[in-house]
Amino acid sequence: MTEPLVKAKGIARYFDVSPPLLNRLIEGSKRQVVKAVDGVDFEIERGQTLSLVGESGCGKSTIARLVVGLYEPTGGSIEFEGVDLTALDNRKEEAKLRGRMQMIFQDPYASLNPRWRVQDIVAEPIRHKKMFDTRAEVTSRVGELLSQVGLSPADGEKYPHEFSGGQRQRISIARALASNPEFLVCDEPTSALDVSVQAQILNLMKDLQRKFGLTYLFISHDLAVVDHVSDRIGVMYLGRICELADTRELFSNPRHPYSRFLLDAIPDLDMTGKQRIPVAGEVPSPINPPSGCTFHPRCPFANDRCKSEQPELRDVDGTQVACHGVEENRLEPTG
Amino acid sequence: MSTSKQQPLLEVRNLRVEFPTRRGSLIAVDGVSMEIAPGEVLGVVGESGAGKSMTGNAVIGLLPSPGRVESGEILLEGERIDNLPYEQMRKIRGKRIGAIFQDPLTSLNPLYTVGEQLVETIQTHLDLSEKGAKDRAVDLLEEVGIPSARERIDHYPHQFSGGMRQRVVIALALCAEPRLIIADEPTTALDVSIQAQIITLIKKLCREHGTAVMLVTHDMGVIAETADRVAVMYAGRIAEIGPVAEVVKNANHPYTHGLMGSIPKVGHEVERLTQIDGSMPRLTEIPTGCAFNPRCTEKGPRCMVERPILEPVENSFVACWKFDPEGTGA
Ligand SMILES: Nc1ncnc2c1ncn2[C@@H]1O[C@H](COP(=O)(O)OP(=O)(O)OP(=O)(O)O)[C@@H](O)[C@H]1O
Ligand SMILES: Nc1ncnc2c1ncn2[C@@H]1O[C@H](COP(=O)(O)OP(=O)(O)OP(=O)(O)O)[C@@H](O)[C@H]1O
Ligand code: SF4
Ligand code: SF4
Ligand SMILES: [Mg+2]
Ligand SMILES: [Mg+2]
Repeated sequence: MTEPLVKAKGIARYFDVSPPLLNRLIEGSKRQVVKAVDGVDFEIERGQTLSLVGESGCGKSTIARLVVGLYEPTGGSIEFEGVDLTALDNRKEEAKLRGRMQMIFQDPYASLNPRWRVQDIVAEPIRHKKMFDTRAEVTSRVGELLSQVGLSPADGEKYPHEFSGGQRQRISIARALASNPEFLVCDEPTSALDVSVQAQILNLMKDLQRKFGLTYLFISHDLAVVDHVSDRIGVMYLGRICELADTRELFSNPRHPYSRFLLDAIPDLDMTGKQRIPVAGEVPSPINPPSGCTFHPRCPFANDRCKSEQPELRDVDGTQVACHGVEENRLEPTG
Repeated sequence: MSTSKQQPLLEVRNLRVEFPTRRGSLIAVDGVSMEIAPGEVLGVVGESGAGKSMTGNAVIGLLPSPGRVESGEILLEGERIDNLPYEQMRKIRGKRIGAIFQDPLTSLNPLYTVGEQLVETIQTHLDLSEKGAKDRAVDLLEEVGIPSARERIDHYPHQFSGGMRQRVVIALALCAEPRLIIADEPTTALDVSIQAQIITLIKKLCREHGTAVMLVTHDMGVIAETADRVAVMYAGRIAEIGPVAEVVKNANHPYTHGLMGSIPKVGHEVERLTQIDGSMPRLTEIPTGCAFNPRCTEKGPRCMVERPILEPVENSFVACWKFDPEGTGA
């Protein structure tokens, strides 16, 4: 087996969200820490796509930001081609490695500079990397990128506010692709797009992967999209990965009780009248996570061990699952 | 619901929204008419850039400049609201119309905590004490699925995840119990289980308070479960409007047909997704005749010259010459 392109080892990121010191003194309120990501391991092979799925607030975007270096990790390490990015003290070396990755942000509004024309926004990474010598080459590359995402080269003259939500998201995709990155972190890249433009973008991403061997870390709440694009999927719950499996395997044989819930909640397009089963119970808070397995308050298989001991990811037939019930072989098989 | 003869809660008649630009006028919404009955959810779907958000923004009276309502009428419970002075419209917004914007950040002020913003909105529209308003705010946050709402209410928007911010915006829109909700992509950043929770909440409001909802989304799963009727938009126009089951399962219009075919489905292994070839025309360069004609595989000579009008097909209305007795011929 070749060395994975990206390797995250025990990464964690905590946020201090305590009330200001004065309130803590007067009201006696306590320090509050959100453990947004709390000990996550994964590897992504070159040319492959790993997707992260899980409830809103479970830490997906935080992982994305950690991987591209927008957040400092509280703990753990992130390796790119075997180089630990978190330990690099050579600025130049780090900039060079980081230049080979790009990120598409969940919020396309916040990530586009409102005072720049679209052509300058898209050209920025190209200029930064000094990929072309002449202005004409840059312009033609920008035009090509805009066409690839279903906009027109002439749209380059406009400002971001002149575009609809989905059009802005496509501008941020064009910018991310501009510098021919090898590794792309995509946080909900198609969530603002109608399905026909989404199909166009997903096809483009797959074509680039086939042609240039791009590697993706992909985040989406749409399980059908995830099913379509991923080789492997990590299911997250409250800052941790609870199941890491090959795509086929996860969809045909989900092992973790939370994965099973998630798949049961897929919307019903055939309108058979089947009611979606929302995951029962309260969404727990990352400020006061439940003891033991953090899923235990919502899990029909929870027992005393689950309430006290946190399960670790363990190998089960090539899939990694963090669940005592699976380990003890006492869950009902999936139907 | 759509067959009852009661007065529609919202009526949009022949709405046209334009953006004057350096290179001529851009027509973002072109002759759109729709009605929503009390308790009804009208889904609005269509190509990115088709004018869904601008239709919603026109109803709320918040078109981004230089956009303006060029012609048409908008009526809320029988009263015209498209020509009201700013102050009067501002009172209607929030109280009688709740808006959930596509971009959660436009509705949230980064300098105030989530709680401060909710309490202020609640106190503007409802007669409640500070304490009462805060309790209501906490209840609302819990209803939209924010864990530890009592603690998190004192946090700032940037301390929330994308989907949590979106839910705060939903709570803000619902807090004054409006008659009409304009929800623009309310569930895009939400996972399926929270989505189900929000949909249940919206449906409950419709059932119990007769709230009418215009639900703009590209998520067909959400449409299938929530909407009573659906309008499909393309290049500023309505291509098809009808009962949800008919539009989703037996799309009539060739564009709707392509749209439904592009949806990825769990467990269907395909190398490439079906896409509709080409892209939507720029709104300053809409072709004559049918706006979909450059991409349509069923077009005829008539489609190139004459603009199709909405005509009844089964229980829907469809703008396509294919369904006209004279067909797509010259
Ligand atoms: N401020 C503006 N100036 C000029 N044109 C604009 C402006 N705002 C929007 N438009 C144009 O109006 C058209 C309709 O935009 P709208 O936001 O209604 O699209 P939409 O259907 O909501 O798309 P999406 O699904 O991508 O959100 C778009 O093609 C856009 O380019
Ligand atoms: N800058 C921050 N300060 C404080 N808390 C934060 C910050 N960023 C994220 N969090 C918290 O960390 C948790 C994880 O957030 P994250 O944005 O990673 O979630 P997510 O899985 O991407 O969710 P979504 O699907 O809603 O986008 C949330 O509880 C969030 O409130
Ligand atoms: S460890 Fe226990 S509580 Fe957690 S998912 Fe497994 S069975 Fe359920
Ligand atoms: S009117 Fe003609 S071009 Fe337009 S959708 Fe119908 S067949 Fe196609
Ligand atoms: Mg996120
Ligand atoms: Mg929109």
